[in-house]
Amino acid sequence: MPASYQTDNTPADPRHSSRLGLRQRFYVVEVLVGLALTAQHFFANMWRHTLRVVFRSKTARGAVTIQYPDERRPYSPRLRSLHRLVRREDGSPRCVACMMCETVCPAHCIYIVATEHPNPEIEKVPERFDIDLGKCVFCGYCVEACPEDAIRMDTGILEFSAYDRRSMIYTKETLLALEPARPGGGPTSPVPIPPSRRPV
Amino acid sequence: MSGVALDLLLQAIPVGFVMFVVLNFGGLLTWVERKQSAIMQDRIGANRASIFGIRILGLLHPLADAVKMLTKEDFTPAHADRLMFKLAPFVSVFFGLTAFASIPFGDTLQIMGREIQLQAVTLNVGILYVLAMISLGVYGLMMAGWASANNYALLGGQRAAALMISAEIAIGASIMGVVMVYGSLNMQDIARGQGQPLLPQLFGNWIPAWGLLTQPVAFVLFLTAGIASTKRIPFDTPEGESEIIGYFVEYSGMKFGMFAMGDFLETVVIAGMTTALFLGGWQVPYLQPSGFVFPWGAAIPLPNPAVAGLQVVAFLTKVVVMIWLLMLIRWTLPRFRYDQAMRLGWLALFPLSIVNILVTALVLLAVGKA
Repeated sequence: MPASYQTDNTPADPRHSSRLGLRQRFYVVEVLVGLALTAQHFFANMWRHTLRVVFRSKTARGAVTIQYPDERRPYSPRLRSLHRLVRREDGSPRCVACMMCETVCPAHCIYIVATEHPNPEIEKVPERFDIDLGKCVFCGYCVEACPEDAIRMDTGILEFSAYDRRSMIYTKETLLALEPARPGGGPTSPVPIPPSRRPV
Repeated sequence: MSGVALDLLLQAIPVGFVMFVVLNFGGLLTWVERKQSAIMQDRIGANRASIFGIRILGLLHPLADAVKMLTKEDFTPAHADRLMFKLAPFVSVFFGLTAFASIPFGDTLQIMGREIQLQAVTLNVGILYVLAMISLGVYGLMMAGWASANNYALLGGQRAAALMISAEIAIGASIMGVVMVYGSLNMQDIARGQGQPLLPQLFGNWIPAWGLLTQPVAFVLFLTAGIASTKRIPFDTPEGESEIIGYFVEYSGMKFGMFAMGDFLETVVIAGMTTALFLGGWQVPYLQPSGFVFPWGAAIPLPNPAVAGLQVVAFLTKVVVMIWLLMLIRWTLPRFRYDQAMRLGWLALFPLSIVNILVTALVLLAVGKA
């Protein structure tokens, strides 16, 4: 038998002990302590609700609930949300179809078909740039890998669920139309609702 | 209108009032439960049900619940005892509704030269009637447990019966102290007795002799046993969601809703009983049948309807406060294990209430009231 075999489960702090003292075993006092705690929360929150509803206080909040989607908490500026393709001044994608993002993507969710750009100074341009968001793991490697700063994940759009997998594939035109989010993280461009969620 | 018909009509007033109040309280308690627990836990609570965009603090959720339950599949297990299975929820709700009948919610109201007792049924043994109805309520649960042809339901029904027995004895024994102090089994008499001054030699007319002051131990014991008889947390062993679902495991739709309703009705009944026996019933401090008579000598005469109205309002307020307390307890304490609930009932509540009876008897003998 090892020397340090534990024979006693009593922790150092008696409040964490499973062995009840007389007061705990008597129960009534401990019940009253618990009721006082919850009643305190009840009255404090009722007071704050009254301040907010009756006296129109802007700061009093009786609950920690954020009533999504009516209310949203501000997103972090580092949040990785739906991708967008950055445009040049003429509206064409800044992307040069170098395939870096497609190569680095661990989920293999980016699909690029390259073509010649009419401007000889620009090497290539994507003819197709599809992202399968059903596969995307939002790791942000594509943004890291891009040498042209042509793909970003700063739209603030997080709600793009769909009823089928095909609708989760976002094409170049959709991604080009998106704008960066507001400072609070709220999306500025309308959420690209996938075809399966559009009313018939 | 003939005299008999008028009498019947006037007698229907308190009956209808009790039905209206108890049923509505039972329905509203689903809202109270959601909202009060939410506020205690820093949440908002259900507030989304709306009619034309009007939400009124989530008060429409009970309505939405009723619609949902009525439109759900009404399922009966293949091997169930069909009659008993269908009867059980009705038995459960019926006794919950009838139990309130002998609890007085006011003194007497004089209308058209007649005196109406503000009590659905005037009974000399009102306390025994309420106790009997609370106890009979458990038959619905046992029927449900047996008729479901489900082992967990049977276990739940058996637990409900065991819990009810251990709680009932403590309820009956703790009430005995109150009965001894006020010398009656009639709940109206007990309510009137609580309007008398407490120890007039010592305090004058300042403190009314509410049951809470004359029988504080019985109050705690009765409240504990009463919570046990409502089968809600912390005594939810018959319907513990976390272990056996309980006697209503096979029920769906409105039948399940009726069992939930039965629990809420029992909560209302226990709140009403506690009010009637310990919180002075319909008594408003210093309100006599003729109006307010204050101990410092001032008096405000009031007509009888105003007095009766004040009494009814006072009774309902006390019931609401008691319901709030019961809800607070339900959302604060963790649940007892089955053996712990039994141990508390038989080894703590029951002996303590016997001791309470003995001490009450000795005190009454000493002050010469017995």
